[in-house]
Amino acid sequence: MTAVSVTGGRSFGRVAEKFVDVFTSPKSGPVLVTGVLFALMFVVGGIRYRGFFSGQVFLNLLIDNSYLIVLAVGMSFVILTGGIDLSVGAVVALSTIIAARLLQSDWNPIVVIVLILLATSTLGLLVGLMIHVFKVQPFIATLAAMFLARGLCYIIAKESITIDNPFFVSMANTRISLGYRLSITPSVIIALLVLAVGVWVLQYTRFGRTTYAIGGGEQSGMLMGLPTSRTKVIVYVISGFCSGLSGVLFAFYTLSGYALTAVGTEMDAIAAVVIGGTLLTGGYGFVLGSALGVLVLGLIQTIISFEGTLSSWWTKIFIGALLLVFIILQKVLTSRRT
Amino acid sequence: MKATLNRAIAHRIFWPVVMLIGLLAINVIAVPGFLSVTINSDGHLFGSPIDILRNGAPTAIIAVGMTLVIATRGIDLSVGSVCAIAGAVACSIILGSSTPNDVGTVLVAVITAIGLALVMGLMNGLLVAVLDIQPIIATLILMTAGRGIAMLITEGNILTVQSAPFKFLGSGFLFGIPFATVIGAIIFVVAGLLTRRTALGLLIESVGINPEASRQAGVRARGLIFLVYAICTVLAAIAGLILTSNQTAADANNTGLFIELDAILAVVIGGTSLAGGRYSLLGTLVGALVIQTLVTTVYTVGVPPIATMVFKAAVVTAVCLLQSPTTAAAIERWRTRPRSRADRADAAVAR
Repeated sequence: MTAVSVTGGRSFGRVAEKFVDVFTSPKSGPVLVTGVLFALMFVVGGIRYRGFFSGQVFLNLLIDNSYLIVLAVGMSFVILTGGIDLSVGAVVALSTIIAARLLQSDWNPIVVIVLILLATSTLGLLVGLMIHVFKVQPFIATLAAMFLARGLCYIIAKESITIDNPFFVSMANTRISLGYRLSITPSVIIALLVLAVGVWVLQYTRFGRTTYAIGGGEQSGMLMGLPTSRTKVIVYVISGFCSGLSGVLFAFYTLSGYALTAVGTEMDAIAAVVIGGTLLTGGYGFVLGSALGVLVLGLIQTIISFEGTLSSWWTKIFIGALLLVFIILQKVLTSRRT
Repeated sequence: MKATLNRAIAHRIFWPVVMLIGLLAINVIAVPGFLSVTINSDGHLFGSPIDILRNGAPTAIIAVGMTLVIATRGIDLSVGSVCAIAGAVACSIILGSSTPNDVGTVLVAVITAIGLALVMGLMNGLLVAVLDIQPIIATLILMTAGRGIAMLITEGNILTVQSAPFKFLGSGFLFGIPFATVIGAIIFVVAGLLTRRTALGLLIESVGINPEASRQAGVRARGLIFLVYAICTVLAAIAGLILTSNQTAADANNTGLFIELDAILAVVIGGTSLAGGRYSLLGTLVGALVIQTLVTTVYTVGVPPIATMVFKAAVVTAVCLLQSPTTAAAIERWRTRPRSRADRADAAVAR
């Protein structure tokens, strides 16, 4: 009898220890905290507001933020190497405006999309080369890319252009039914696919391991014979590609191209990645965490719209406050390890 | 002669100065009287160079604080939002008072705005120095929340003020020189004297180069980091007040938008590395002037203003590539290349 209870106590202790271990590890702790927070916010929202606790509210989060998920996936790659990409918001705007302008002159939508992805990947490649070959700091190199992309936006078109191409319109309006009166848009599927590919590449490929290695210590990675220089350039190409794709999704969502859209989106993407538990110095983090970070940001907006009486600027204050809480929490949780 | 030239090229502000002279040359070619400065009937200096000095003042003022922050291996993204908050606070105080044209009222407004900025700077310093959070994230918080706070103060409106003393800040003249330029010059001189005539600059650089080593050498790194972030936000508040006064309105969304990026660019163009350590206030001044001259050039040359950003991108890229160690190595190889067959043989023997 006593023996059983002792082992029971011990195994409980071991489980608790393991629990504390997982939550305080710099690798998985922050992500788990974000997950718990997301669930809490959802439950509190469900208790406070009628009609909040439904599947469609959750799916709407995905629908409204699919472009941001794609952006956050690309940003995660860059941040995992210890870099940063400030150009993503401007590249999203550039993609929407290229799409709108070319579709206005009756180009084939598929050709347009391929062209956009090629152009933004090339921009990413140039940024990557500037960072790698010329040793320009990522902050400055991507800042230059941001100015370039925004400037090109204004040169292509100053005014907002509406997209009335049938393919884009159908992508915007198609609803894929999931049963139980739940539905999603094709953009959500694209975003989830990108997310899945991101997870696969980072967790199960050599390229992914090299990405983590660069963030953990570039010198050591290089001495181990990992192709660090190639990888460092490719992450910016990935970020460029994701920004382009995100721009296409954004064009599906808004059905317009405008030079001033997505101002500050780069900060949303960075905030999502940070809330998702990726360290800005690189080396630690998960793409899934970044997606969770996007959902938390989206949930804040949903709660504010459900609240009704709060003005829109409260969103910014809440996101700032949440970032603060999160970063301090991460610090406290992971401090025992380091 | 050659040695002097070599030293000049190796100097970190060589390329920025070349860029500045090049931009001015383009202007002079486009508008022959570009560099002329006249005195108008009020005894005020007048002309394009004066415009550059006046309109560039806010960016230059912020860039001084940014230089010190960057020298400690930090960065401050929140300055644009601080500009907006400072403008919003000052305008709402002036609007709320019954005597908006009183110098005392404006003084109270300005001091309150700067005091509030000091608190925000200490908060940034707390996050970076005590909680040891990466500067880019620590200041990202205030950057995001700051615009919301400014909106909260203005209640989402654009506050327009009619106050002569407040207007003086942005568009007044002192001894014929724009008041904003005077403020900027004073800040540069004071910052230069404080950091270069005392050990402060050296200590800031040592914290940037190796925080742990400087702490063990007895430098109070924590206090210094607090100090630079506080200075940076206070200067941002001053710049924000000048910007707001210039527009005679506080606009929570647009006052100081992207000014943090311009300030960081000015610092980088001036040759201070984002990795911390050695900094150059003179370089920052040249960098800020390059950025403002670039904007002016776009207007004088007749390029559509919407293309300004593309030009900015081109200049940033050019300066960064010219300053890059890779380029320096390439130039060095080219300069020391064997000239003739005899030289090559000598080089081979030497090897």
